[in-house]
Amino acid sequence: MLCCVKALSVMDDLLREFLTETSENLDTVDVELVRFEQEPNNAAILGNIFRLVHTIKGTCGFLNLPRLEALTHAAEALMDRFRNGMPVRADAVSLVLATLDRVKDLLEELERNKAEPAGDDDDLISRLHAMVAEDGAAPARAATSAGTLVYQVLERPLRPGEATLDELERAFRETPGPAPRSSAPKSSTSSPSAPRSSAPPAARERQPADLAPPGPAVADRDAPDKASADQVKRSIRVQLDTLEHLMTMVSELVLTRNQLLEIDARHGISEFRSPLQQLSNATAALQDGIMKTRMQPISTAWQKLPRIVRDLSTELGKHIELEMQGGDTELDRQVLDVIRDPLLHMVRNSADHGIELPAERVAAGKPECGIIRLSAYHEGGQIVIEICDDGRGLDAGRIRARVLAGGLASEDDLSTLSDAQVYSFIFAAGFSTASQVTHLSGRGVGMDVVRNNIDRIGGTIDVRSVAARGTSIVIKIPLTLAIMPALIVSGAGGRYAVPQVAVRELIRVREKGDQRIERLRSAGVLRVENKLLPLLPLSELLGQDAAESHGSDLIVVMQSGQDSFGIIVDDVVQTAEIVVKPVSRRLRHIHAFSGMTILGDGAVIMIIDPNNAARVLGVTSKAQNAMPAAGVADQDESGRSRESLLLFRAGPGQIKAVPVSLVARLEEIDVSQLEPAECGWLLRHRDRLVPVRAANEHVALRGSGLQPVLMFADGDRALGLMIDEIVDIVEDRLDIEIAASQPGTVGSAIVAGCATDILDIGHHFQSVFPDWCAKAAGSAATRPQVLLVDDAAFFRDMLKPVIQAAGFEVVVASSAAGALDLIGRGGRLDVVIADTEMPGMDGFQLCAALRGAAATAHLSFIGLSARISEDIVRRGREAGFDDFVAKFDRSGLIAALKEQTAGEHAA
Amino acid sequence: MSAPEREFVTARIGGQLVGIPIARAREVFSPQAITPVPAAGKDIAGVLNLRGRIVTMIDLRSHFAMPAYADGALAIGVDEGGDSYGLMVDALDEVRRLATEDIQENPVNLDEPLRRVSAGVCKVEDELLVVLDVDRILKTGDIASEERTGAAAPADE
Repeated sequence: MLCCVKALSVMDDLLREFLTETSENLDTVDVELVRFEQEPNNAAILGNIFRLVHTIKGTCGFLNLPRLEALTHAAEALMDRFRNGMPVRADAVSLVLATLDRVKDLLEELERNKAEPAGDDDDLISRLHAMVAEDGAAPARAATSAGTLVYQVLERPLRPGEATLDELERAFRETPGPAPRSSAPKSSTSSPSAPRSSAPPAARERQPADLAPPGPAVADRDAPDKASADQVKRSIRVQLDTLEHLMTMVSELVLTRNQLLEIDARHGISEFRSPLQQLSNATAALQDGIMKTRMQPISTAWQKLPRIVRDLSTELGKHIELEMQGGDTELDRQVLDVIRDPLLHMVRNSADHGIELPAERVAAGKPECGIIRLSAYHEGGQIVIEICDDGRGLDAGRIRARVLAGGLASEDDLSTLSDAQVYSFIFAAGFSTASQVTHLSGRGVGMDVVRNNIDRIGGTIDVRSVAARGTSIVIKIPLTLAIMPALIVSGAGGRYAVPQVAVRELIRVREKGDQRIERLRSAGVLRVENKLLPLLPLSELLGQDAAESHGSDLIVVMQSGQDSFGIIVDDVVQTAEIVVKPVSRRLRHIHAFSGMTILGDGAVIMIIDPNNAARVLGVTSKAQNAMPAAGVADQDESGRSRESLLLFRAGPGQIKAVPVSLVARLEEIDVSQLEPAECGWLLRHRDRLVPVRAANEHVALRGSGLQPVLMFADGDRALGLMIDEIVDIVEDRLDIEIAASQPGTVGSAIVAGCATDILDIGHHFQSVFPDWCAKAAGSAATRPQVLLVDDAAFFRDMLKPVIQAAGFEVVVASSAAGALDLIGRGGRLDVVIADTEMPGMDGFQLCAALRGAAATAHLSFIGLSARISEDIVRRGREAGFDDFVAKFDRSGLIAALKEQTAGEHAA
Repeated sequence: MSAPEREFVTARIGGQLVGIPIARAREVFSPQAITPVPAAGKDIAGVLNLRGRIVTMIDLRSHFAMPAYADGALAIGVDEGGDSYGLMVDALDEVRRLATEDIQENPVNLDEPLRRVSAGVCKVEDELLVVLDVDRILKTGDIASEERTGAAAPADE
């Protein structure tokens, strides 16, 4: 073993470098092989693969690793066949991949024991040769691969494979592409064996025989050296420890710079100012530079995925394509480590549970090949990673069942949640819908670990899904973890840092002013545009007693995932770039904080964790009990959404509610300002007289002091409704279950677990402004006409007022036959809403009938169903439905109606 | 390795003599400008900046059922798992050599908070010295968090 006469340490170094380099090369080959399979005519890819495998083989030879050399040699032989025109079959590629896997295993052993494991790889090698032989190649090569390898000492035994690589690179560069394959004689087989002898002259001699001009081959001898030398200059290997050390030093520098700036701000010694400014600039530049070294493209984490998806496709018998966009998006190395496994897990999930079998897909009208798309991009100081598939989507029904079975939520709680919210349960601990544990994606335990890991680095993860269309998971992670811009706020008796990336805006509120914190019983809220922002005082977040308000508070509007909320603080002290230090172990149980830092003035302050703040708020908001608070975008395809509802008391009996979006203002009116009038009272408000009436006859007007009044506005008309007491604001779906018998109420619904009367604002407006109805929605003639078909009187009676209140004219029919009859009698009709399950002719048949007749084919048709499943949706589509709404989904129905009639009344 | 004798840094807390193995004690310093940490539990006095390091200050008096430190405390710095902590005491005493065989089990009538952090007692001159179990002191946070019921407690997940 001539070439092994070396100092032991040098060998170790060589070995280590070999292992690192080879494992990188293998990863690249994996990816390239999958690409090659998809583009078998791409000679460039093949050339790449060949070169890499060849390098590995050469190095193995140099380092006296016979097993590895034999394996790679055999694989290389097969690939040479590809180069010469052998058809690229899936089993051939699989075999090469399997060989590379074996190589990886051997490398692992090598790393552990500093020597190749004993044994041979005849199983793979014989298969490789068999495949080569199939192609009719000269078996001469095969004979030389096993066992008796002769080594020759290189002239310059410096870097493994150096000489041979140069030669090969040159040779390959001169390969003119597909041409050699078609004209290649079998004698080209000599080339792979040439480098084995590792004598450069021999290689040069033989290769030009099959490849292009020998002339340049000689003359360009120097060129590859330069080229590879250039490449060497472009990048350099650095130990991770060195980088970490640099990072720490730069952090210290940033802190010290901050201290100096602070001192300068306080004492301002003019001589220092200029050099200090320069120091500050240089530090900032250095910081930026160092941060860049931490950044790596996300494609590093994606590298293994094409291969895995390919293997999964084969194993599952599905056709799956993996698309990757934005692979060059860079993120912090630490973050990369955290998301690598979760990404793998989620892609596996998509392939295993999401994408359907080809037959299923075709039956559902989808292309046979399913797509999993990974995309990554920067947005607002965060990196956004999406994993989307166009598979069957999440099954809300099964998730609900699983949640109940696992005791993760009560039936009551579940019933208040929309499908979109239920999807979030996949992140809950102890959850799994896989009916059998597949070794591919394992039990659902993965997802809660995934969320925890992402949460720990300050990121968020959300899931969206549409039945039969697909699922998408969105991860958002802060760009850097170590040094981040922060807002330093004062409040709760101290100072705290808030990551700037989570802050959307700052709003100052004063006791008396237009923007007031509207205090409700259990939570403070702030009205921002048309939504109410839940507020949490900083002191409450920290578990302290509420501090006194100074008459002027600052609201830090923050965002965590999809949720917005506000933290009430006293003031903003400064903005600063802070070095995030982890919270000491002893304090880690305090979830309110995500880290600590030292400010420029030397004080230690804690960093608030926005995700935790969102969770705390979620817990105190009644409607989100026992629910993962990672807010889910609750707009799915049909536009169903939860509403903010204002709960109040007006007289005895049930709590009343009204959608917050309708409420213009919450007022507390001094009763002395109310002047009795015909409608009830009049209130002077900003030079206008606003009519005020009691929400119902039971509301008691207080003798003195303040009375709560809900102010509504429609266009230029305003109306105040006097109530007894504001109870709360909750977010919930509005499903009116019982239609109202009295005017003034739309119906009853379960809101936040209690039976609640829903106020009918329209009725009040109508009473006060008799011409309101016509004005509000234009003349009756221009209101869209809706035909509601349902055999159940209950539903007809319940839905009719709801649809009318939304601005439509409604006629009803109790059967499909009756509907057709009505339609036949003429009269304008814009939309038909029909129950899918009716005796006699059902909704599907009705729609088909309407579509079949020229006169009615244009009508918009919305199907109502108590159950929505893939099957039913498909039938609806076949029958010609324009949309599909669940029977109890009032808001979804209104949204669908509006959508269907939008185009028609564009005038 | 049970050496016959070990050295201890000793200190007084409310008159009570306590000791920490000298190997654990990294430094001694006078705490300045402690920032309180809300929701941390009553044995955490807060955090401070010691020459660029963030040190979590542990108020040992809480284990002795005494009122928390106001001023004038000293601290013994200990490290654990990459974090720096400061154990606050009233005053420092000598470094003493104690025979391992003289360190006895906690007596049964030792108070509960003290029992949690005591590794044993030893008779020194005419007094009883309580040997502090540093690891337990540093870990007690988990027990403390169970007792708390603040809004900062983890939400259900």
